[in-house]
Amino acid sequence: MTATTMNRVRSEVREDYLEDVVRASMALTMFWGIAAFTVGVYIAFQLAFPALNLGLEWTTFGRLRPLHTSAAIFAFGGTALIGSSFHVVQRTCRAQLFGGEPVAWFILLGYQFFIVVAATGYLLGITQGREYAEPEWYADLWLTLVWVVYLVAFVGTLVKRQEPHIYVANWFYLSFILTIAMLHVVNNLAMPVSFVGTKSYSAFAGVQDALTQWWYGHNAVGFFLTAGFLGMMYYFIPKAANRPVYSYRLSIVHFWSLIFLYIWAGPHHLHYTALPEWAQMLGMAFSVMLWMPSWGGMINGLMTLSGAWDKLRTDPGLRFSVTAVAFYGMSTFEGPVMSIRPVNALSHYTDWTIGHVHSGALGWVAFIVFGMMYHLVPVLWGRKDLYSKTLAEVHFWISTIGIVLYITAMWVSGIMQGLMWRAYDELGFLQYSFVETVQAMHPFYLIRAMGGVLFLIGGLVMAYNLWRTARGDVARTAAA
Amino acid sequence: MVLSHAKIETNTAILLVLSLLTVVIGGIVEIIPLYTIETTIERVGGVRPYTPLELVGRNIYIREGCYLCHSQQIRPFRDEVERYGHYSLAAESMYDHPFQWGSKRTGPDLARVGGKYSDEWHVAHMVEPRSVVPESIMPSYPFLKDRVLKTDDITAHLRAVRKVGVPYSDEMIAQARADMEAQQNPDADTAGLAKRYPKVPVGIFDGDPARITEMDALVAYLQMLGTLVDFSAVTPQQLKQ
Repeated sequence: MTATTMNRVRSEVREDYLEDVVRASMALTMFWGIAAFTVGVYIAFQLAFPALNLGLEWTTFGRLRPLHTSAAIFAFGGTALIGSSFHVVQRTCRAQLFGGEPVAWFILLGYQFFIVVAATGYLLGITQGREYAEPEWYADLWLTLVWVVYLVAFVGTLVKRQEPHIYVANWFYLSFILTIAMLHVVNNLAMPVSFVGTKSYSAFAGVQDALTQWWYGHNAVGFFLTAGFLGMMYYFIPKAANRPVYSYRLSIVHFWSLIFLYIWAGPHHLHYTALPEWAQMLGMAFSVMLWMPSWGGMINGLMTLSGAWDKLRTDPGLRFSVTAVAFYGMSTFEGPVMSIRPVNALSHYTDWTIGHVHSGALGWVAFIVFGMMYHLVPVLWGRKDLYSKTLAEVHFWISTIGIVLYITAMWVSGIMQGLMWRAYDELGFLQYSFVETVQAMHPFYLIRAMGGVLFLIGGLVMAYNLWRTARGDVARTAAA
Repeated sequence: MVLSHAKIETNTAILLVLSLLTVVIGGIVEIIPLYTIETTIERVGGVRPYTPLELVGRNIYIREGCYLCHSQQIRPFRDEVERYGHYSLAAESMYDHPFQWGSKRTGPDLARVGGKYSDEWHVAHMVEPRSVVPESIMPSYPFLKDRVLKTDDITAHLRAVRKVGVPYSDEMIAQARADMEAQQNPDADTAGLAKRYPKVPVGIFDGDPARITEMDALVAYLQMLGTLVDFSAVTPQQLKQ
């Protein structure tokens, strides 16, 4: 089989593909997206107006922030990954998902149950106190079970495929599922105080706990938010553009180098801390190297549009996907820069990091999901097209402006705060007290919150559009 | 390369095993040596396990997500050392399950906040941060003062922490409830407590000696942060990692 035919995405429709569960995952993804954006907007305003913490224990920033990050990464992103991977693996293997309906529903609903248990726990103050690994031991155990079933179902489908080759999107999905299983199990090793209580103590302490946690934390970015969504990119961009993947060779090189290098990058979260310097240097070196395979993925995604760039004018879903890849390129350049120790000395602990995360989370992750959904919802519900392309365009511009407001506000506030912390006056004293730097952030927190509001409005427009699409409505005015 | 890759991408088992091997290496090379290289934890004296009251306070710190806005890790820069104190050592968090170094300073670093403010300041600040720092954007935590602590499960907590490696002695565990009550009671005999936990801050943290509240525990924890190592007695050789 030649590379060209291998890269072409198959489109034969077979009757026994499981689609109900994928349809349900689309609706749930939309729901969690709106929830995550709403909580994000609310906590953004809390930083500008502390009265919004309401003086209640359940509504403080400290409890809502994990709710926001988990809703965005695990609920919105995770449900999109599970749903899209079911769709992609069935179509590219020309086989029904291994285990059939019961297994597919168990994975999707079991995962939703995990999210609800974890999220309600956050509001009640149940947390492991480790970023992006907040769920306590019982929720972690449940997720482990769901995840193992997910891995078995995915691998089982690959095994029974009727295509000679495993399509590149599935390499990425497989690596995502497999690596997340490893990270989740190791990082969450803990000793519960009692088997009828919620509290546990991490098996690791201090410096070892810090590196284990950021080995996990950075690779939640690397494998959940990158590899998984690259799998999405490798199916839906060629599909929407109706072009083969640009370079088969590049996809091989960047796949293996990406998954090898990513795992090493964790220590860049711990620069100049009590982590031994050799580990910091390793983390920095690998983070800088990571720039190359990241851009390999970007080039492969963008160049797939060769000869089909005109589709950006007519396909709003594809426009989201391509902009997502562009944001991916931007933020995977920014990341290595921030991992260089002297740059990190300025950026670490500031809003610059928050801006960087959001250019990835909003620009890359959310946009690639939006692109996937604008393509997939009409397909799944058997509609010829979206309810309204105009609304999709409105969504695109509102959200893009929202992201730009968000990240530019965070660049300015982050760099400014970093510089203010280290500023000295002419007599050799620290020029600013800490709280003066907090005050200086206020206007930028407002701009950031406004960016978030725009992004949320865009999400609501999308939900309305997709709902009407699923119902089979067609907007009266023809789209441009 | 393309030729050989056909083998990998046509065989699920090979793809699975190779991807797993590829992602295992980095973690092994970076994490295992942190346990095997003895100098990873600096050889300084003074670091001790948390007292029962401090441990409970630390759990409240975790529960409220304080780590999301406050770091506990001072970097070795001139401005940070002047603002917060000596840079943080790995030894100072060797009994921290989990670590609370943090990743963001929406508020200031707390690694050495112990002893910098009075107990009264901390209580007023927790109840309403803007009463002492008008520009603060911190949430207020008035409910901590009214929440009376249970002392009956503290022994189970100490046991769990011992299981993950913190050297609580049998005596510390046996005395856990008494130590928890003594640390915030001015009339209690605290000699045993001070012997078991050197440099323990003792006081009526929340201003009410009649009951132990979450405020007592949290303030007790904050007041000991960064105070255990005596840096005047530390030699550069001891700090070498």
